[in-house]
Amino acid sequence: MKHTIPQEEYMERGHMACLGCGGAHAMRYLLKGLGEKTIIALPACCWAVIPGVYPYSCMDIPLQYVAFEVTGAAISGIEAALKAKGKKDGTTVVGWAGDGGTADIGIQALSGAVERGHDVKYVCYDNEAYMNTGIQRSSATPRGAWTTTTPVGSTKAWKQTPKKNIVEIMVAHEIPYTCTASVAYPEDIIRKAVKMKEIEGPCYMQILAPCPTGWKYPPEKTIEIARLATETCIFPIYEVTDGKYKINKRIRDDKKKNIIDYFRTQGRFRKLDETTIQQIQSSVDAEWELLKKKEKCFGEEI
Amino acid sequence: MSDEHEIKITCYDDLQPAPVTMGKSLVFKTGSWRTMKPKIDLEKCKKCGFCWKFCPDMSIYEVDEYPVIDYDYCKGCGICANECPFDAITMLEEDLE
Amino acid sequence: MKMVLSGNEAAAYASMIARAEVIPAYPITPQTKIVEKIADLIADGKFNTQFIKMESEHSAMAAAISASLVGARTFTATSSQGLLLMHEMLHWASGSRTPVVMVNINRAIAPPWNVWADQSDSIAQRDTGWIQFYCESCQEVMDTTIQLYKICEDNDVLLPAMLSEDAFYLSHTSEPVDMPDQDAVDTFLGKFDPPYKLDVENPHSFGSLSMPHQWYMEFRYKIALAMEEARKKIVEVDREYGKIFGRSYGGMLDLYRCDDADIVLVAAGSMSSTIRVVVDELRENGAKVGFARLRVFRPFPAEEFRSLAAKVGTICVLDRSFCFGYEGAFFTEIKAALYGIDNPPLVRGYVIGIGGRDVTRNSLINIINDSNNPEIKGPVDTWVDLKRC
Ligand SMILES: Cc1ncc(C[n+]2csc(CCOP(=O)(O)OP(=O)(O)O)c2C)c(N)n1
Ligand code: SF4
Ligand code: SF4
Ligand code: SF4
Ligand SMILES: [Mg+2]
Repeated sequence: MKHTIPQEEYMERGHMACLGCGGAHAMRYLLKGLGEKTIIALPACCWAVIPGVYPYSCMDIPLQYVAFEVTGAAISGIEAALKAKGKKDGTTVVGWAGDGGTADIGIQALSGAVERGHDVKYVCYDNEAYMNTGIQRSSATPRGAWTTTTPVGSTKAWKQTPKKNIVEIMVAHEIPYTCTASVAYPEDIIRKAVKMKEIEGPCYMQILAPCPTGWKYPPEKTIEIARLATETCIFPIYEVTDGKYKINKRIRDDKKKNIIDYFRTQGRFRKLDETTIQQIQSSVDAEWELLKKKEKCFGEEI
Repeated sequence: MSDEHEIKITCYDDLQPAPVTMGKSLVFKTGSWRTMKPKIDLEKCKKCGFCWKFCPDMSIYEVDEYPVIDYDYCKGCGICANECPFDAITMLEEDLE
Repeated sequence: MKMVLSGNEAAAYASMIARAEVIPAYPITPQTKIVEKIADLIADGKFNTQFIKMESEHSAMAAAISASLVGARTFTATSSQGLLLMHEMLHWASGSRTPVVMVNINRAIAPPWNVWADQSDSIAQRDTGWIQFYCESCQEVMDTTIQLYKICEDNDVLLPAMLSEDAFYLSHTSEPVDMPDQDAVDTFLGKFDPPYKLDVENPHSFGSLSMPHQWYMEFRYKIALAMEEARKKIVEVDREYGKIFGRSYGGMLDLYRCDDADIVLVAAGSMSSTIRVVVDELRENGAKVGFARLRVFRPFPAEEFRSLAAKVGTICVLDRSFCFGYEGAFFTEIKAALYGIDNPPLVRGYVIGIGGRDVTRNSLINIINDSNNPEIKGPVDTWVDLKRC
């Protein structure tokens, strides 16, 4: 059997994630890249349940469960303590939070941590809503999505505002490294994890982690849908190293799929009307063009 | 629950001061969640490793270069079948005996 | 080493002499001088510590908890709004069994804005599982901070502790303070070495989901047991400290001229020194008055109050805080501690000094005189020095 990713696992079988959980993939791949000398702080989110109930855990590395909004602060404390104890060298300190814990309630602590310049890696597994509490909208929920707090109904009350661009917010902090990734591309996640490990200073990674339960699709489609998100350019895969943009999954214009192909796979977009779909298509196109321009302006000379 | 991985705690004296985990999640045999069961047709398998790579439950391992499913933990999500480029995996109704 | 220090500076020096390894903190009046002094000590090369200038108190406490789980000795300081913002994390610290030591400057809660002495901020944290001390002098701030590491880091305790000192009356008043010798403090405290740490060599998950049928309730019970251990440890450590450093503070309840007293005042914090002066004055005039200073509020010195009550006729409890809808917290708890004893004393409660209002000799004399008044007033009628119509 061919192995295009490392065979070592730092996560055990028997975890509590739903069938086909993209969040489970995301952690599995990240740890393959980071290795065993990793300490994780993890707030309230689906992942606070996934490792299992006391006294058992699916994690082969040290893990601290932290309050919902403090991931950035917790990793700051861990990093400082490791330094104080002379144990920082060779240890990677990681904050792992959902999109709600990152873009909403935890954004202050995250901003504080990266601004202070701690040597920490913050990874957001993005399932685009508050899944642990039953699929409520977060600021990272995309425009047009149904959630239990954007319930559509007869007034079409799907989420009205665009997905908060936390990646660009991180870039604006001028940290050494920011990137997006997707469970559809494990090799890319692992390469980026290794890169973050080697950089000294704050890094941010956002992994698209589809959620069959919250997005309303059959569990076998997780990887397929994640791939579509990138092929339609609604979730582009890129990295920003010292201010330089690089698109890692280049989508040729003739290969770029329509957003409708992505929406059709998921129940959460089922009731969207044609006009809104067209509006979203235009903004996806505009964002994609903008990203390509940024790559040209700020990117490496090719 | 599986006995082999079980940690014996009978009263509060057996606990650490704070909740510090002592055992592995292997104790939870999540295979019992399954309603659909993946089956690999080794005739069709080209040993590409996609099923192994994309299993979110680490429930595919390798024997003699071929993928084998660990039914103790496989939850039956069907991702392996969906991602297999050679249609070597089919999802069958779990028999409920 | 003798120095002239404010309560704030005493706290900063104490964190240094105790060798706090990680100090995440956020400034707030009147605590600012603590963080500034720590920054100075670091800048002058006298203090080797990881000082994290956090972006909020909530984050400061979160960082302290994580640092403590790694095995680092931690210190932080806050006041009022900052302490209230931390509330969720205070529970997290005790639930994680992390012996974080924090100095809180007792300051009033807004609105209206008021930065002066008031103990409502720490009283509101009563049920967070923190050990709570109230100090009377800058020297006591220094000595108690050191004592707290010894108490909290004991493997049978492993609980966080908060030392409170009144805004300005203590935080900004300078007194001669003796800072103990570094070697002696090192020997006294030893190294912080918790049984489980966040450590890549020995991986565990800290704080995972626990179910109703197993272990959540037992973990809470273990916190309760740890508080009982702390009770013993506090008295023991104060005594040992006295032997080594020549100063001790009466353990949980600091009794002053109570032996043959008819009336005993009870209070915590900076008003204690005024009370001592009044007690001395009245004693000179032949009145049998004493003072019991509440040094520790959690664990609560219930047993100490019961033995005091056996000897006195009246206890006047002074609260520099108020639990709306009932009465002062000290008053409530002291009465509860005395429930069911034979011949209980008369216990009367007074609310005084709210928002930094001066606690004067006259107010105290009035309280003592009022204690003979047979008419028992309700809780809203015993606010002392209130400008009434
Ligand atoms: C202070 C606080 N507020 C609210 C909650 C409830 N809560 C727990 S997890 C969660 C949503 C988590 O969403 P996200 O971060 O996106 O992670 P996901 O569950 O989607 O993986 C909420 C609202 C909490 N635990 N703490
Ligand atoms: S709700 Fe979604 S994110 Fe949460 S465990 Fe289930 S599949 Fe994963
Ligand atoms: S069905 Fe899902 S859990 Fe089972 S082996 Fe396939 S991918 Fe893994
Ligand atoms: S994905 Fe299909 S072809 Fe590839 S190893 Fe698995 S079963 Fe064989
Ligand atoms: Mg989410």
